[in-house]
Amino acid sequence: MSAVIDHGHTDHHHGPAKGLMRWVLTTNHKDIGTMYLWFSFCMFLLGGSMAMVIRAELFQPGLQIVQPEFFNQMTTMHGLIMVFGAVMPAFVGLANWMIPLMIGAPDMALPRMNNFSFWLLPAAFGLLVSTLFMEGGGPNFGWTFYAPLSTTYGPESTTFFIFAVHLMGISSIMGAINVVATILNLRAPGMTLMKMPLFVWTWLITAFLLIAVMPVLAGCVTMMLMDIHFGTSFFNAAGGGDPVLFQHVFWFFGHPEVYIMILPAFGAVSSIIPAFARKPLFGYTSMVYATASIAFLSFIVWAHHMFTVGIPLTGELFFMYATMLIAVPTGVKVFNWASTMWQGSMTFEAPMLFSVAFVILFTIGGFSGLMLAIAPADFQYHDTYFVVAHFHYVLVPGAIFGIFASAYYWLPKWTGHMYDETLGKLHFWMSFIGMNLAFFPMHFVGLAGMPRRIPDYNMMFANFNMVSSIGAFMFGATQLLFLFIVIKCIRGGKPAPAKPWDGAEGLEWTVPSPAPYHTFSTPPEVK
Amino acid sequence: MSSHESHENYYVPAQSKWPIVATIGLLVSFYGVGTWFNDLSAGREGSNGPLIFFAGGLILAWMLFGWFGNVIKESRSGLYSAQMDRSFRWGMSWFIFSEVMFFAAFFGALFYVRTWAGPWLGGEGDKGVANMLWEGFEYSWPLLQNPDSKLFPPPSAVIDPWHLPLVNTILLVSSSVTITFAHHALKKNHRGPLKAWLAATILLALAFLFFQVEEYIEAYTELGLTLGSGIYGATFFMLTGFHGAHVTLGTIILIVMLVRITRGHFSADQHFGFEAAAWYWHFVDVVWLGLFVFVYVL
Repeated sequence: MSAVIDHGHTDHHHGPAKGLMRWVLTTNHKDIGTMYLWFSFCMFLLGGSMAMVIRAELFQPGLQIVQPEFFNQMTTMHGLIMVFGAVMPAFVGLANWMIPLMIGAPDMALPRMNNFSFWLLPAAFGLLVSTLFMEGGGPNFGWTFYAPLSTTYGPESTTFFIFAVHLMGISSIMGAINVVATILNLRAPGMTLMKMPLFVWTWLITAFLLIAVMPVLAGCVTMMLMDIHFGTSFFNAAGGGDPVLFQHVFWFFGHPEVYIMILPAFGAVSSIIPAFARKPLFGYTSMVYATASIAFLSFIVWAHHMFTVGIPLTGELFFMYATMLIAVPTGVKVFNWASTMWQGSMTFEAPMLFSVAFVILFTIGGFSGLMLAIAPADFQYHDTYFVVAHFHYVLVPGAIFGIFASAYYWLPKWTGHMYDETLGKLHFWMSFIGMNLAFFPMHFVGLAGMPRRIPDYNMMFANFNMVSSIGAFMFGATQLLFLFIVIKCIRGGKPAPAKPWDGAEGLEWTVPSPAPYHTFSTPPEVK
Repeated sequence: MSSHESHENYYVPAQSKWPIVATIGLLVSFYGVGTWFNDLSAGREGSNGPLIFFAGGLILAWMLFGWFGNVIKESRSGLYSAQMDRSFRWGMSWFIFSEVMFFAAFFGALFYVRTWAGPWLGGEGDKGVANMLWEGFEYSWPLLQNPDSKLFPPPSAVIDPWHLPLVNTILLVSSSVTITFAHHALKKNHRGPLKAWLAATILLALAFLFFQVEEYIEAYTELGLTLGSGIYGATFFMLTGFHGAHVTLGTIILIVMLVRITRGHFSADQHFGFEAAAWYWHFVDVVWLGLFVFVYVL
């Protein structure tokens, strides 16, 4: 018997409704997953265009293209859009599509709320982007919106920025609650916790992080709102408050947020590497515990973002050592991925290329993170391009390569066609070269003292900045190729079998490709 | 998992207009309230913010009636399996956890100010150099003298915990007890006592809200304790204000429950809507206990 009970929609049982309203009113996890993924890609291009503006301005020293005020809005919006609009929704989209398929569930646990979570995002980003056209311009205080820059000195549109953040927060919290309820309650018989694919595990832990910290972000922007409009003095020392309080509250959210953006990528890569190494994942149990440890540690390291703001010595030491501890579980993961590949019969299709690059380049980002964790050294690196290089190494070849790898890995399941492998490889190599060209030189200019978020720089940084800009343009343009590959794959291509990859494991490969509109209405029996 | 049976009956609802209506309602009301606040702060007259906000509120109210109406109808027609019930339970539990973390942000701010920022401003310890900004500022809690008392006029006194707040504590703790009695009555299907205990809970809640308003009036008119009276007023009103808003919401939820019960909803073994309301009520009660100790007494 089907799990879907119709309300007069006799056609609902067999497939999707027709027309635009299918997408607006849908409760189907695959439809919602698709919408999340497309939304995320649109935001990726929008945030990416802003990065292009930044890199164009930084192509040469001096002010060429934009005014500093607009440059500030670009750096701010680029960060906000990429973090909240591109990376997070992409992973929620993957979760929507894949978690029910991976655990043998008929849909997400709360399907209507699922649709609500998605539609809040276009509303939030519509509101956020509209601030660019308001009087006084959009948010210009960096994506971390430190007080008092964002309170006393922010533009009027900050109010709408605050409400946009609230909308994103509501969306994330509901999405995360849905993921938790689905994983804990909708697993097929026999799918015990320790049999779940790692993507499901990492998402369970990510969802917990989201529910724990998004409300703190909401509290943070609410205090801002009160300081701006109602005369409170949370972040104003004249009334007994403290601007540093803002940074504590923000980073209590912000640091777990970093792991929210990377843990699902860990999970995806942990499915993909075994598939293409044709060996089971090395150290499954340790992967689960490592993920949980990273999540736990993420709550007690936030002040490593604030070493130079003037926290007591004890604080510097505590946060330094706690931060360095994160290298241990992360090292376990990297070791496991490498061991999975060891003596495997590896082939290098696009998902595997992105995954291998993920392991290597994310590790570079991890090492620069370890350098930044050392408090006395951080005094030197703080607010330089070294920091920019560090977090772009964990976010671009980390989070975003993880998303690309996932997309190529599951595109056959989503569309029923194989993507063009040659173009996929081209996309990989262009992205790989582009992003390394863009971000590697930032380590050097950063160590030499080039400050971040400034539209002009000393002549001595000119050559490296030009290389960075060329790499960034290359990386940016390459993503249009990705769009082309995806559209081409949707429209046609070699029909994909139910399991297109030799070594792939998991329930998602037991259903036909493309996955039918409703899957696992009757749960499968997991041995 | 517990049973094969429950999986087969997991209810996946058909298309619904409520999520998009809710999105539009939230966007309109947020845009309205933002416009309103901006106009207020800039001193512009004739703001259309309140009107837009009100329109958004109407859309949201329509959505709440419609969406919850849908859920109630589905629940009463027996579409929800035991497994669905567990989804709701997980959903509500994690929602309450998110609320706890929301309050944690403000409690954290309070602890941070009292433990570190305040004493540093007063010249204490390693970071006491902050004192050079406002020389002679002495830190105390409650803060009856602000670093810049012109910009942030301090309160002359703060609310005495052993009057209204103590009464409110008694009211709220009692209401947690009465709602538990109501729940026990429901489980034994004693509809009369159920209604009586639930009505008593609502009365206690309304009394709490009444005294909370009284307290705010006293703070503003007699003590000079306002949002603008420095960090004491800021944390005081933020914590008690958001708590009050949650009590208001909880009271509305309880009233809805009472209406549903008088219409014969809920059975002795199927009443998660009621339980969720009770969970929420216990949550606001626990937050209050935290407030009473850390905001009023200590």
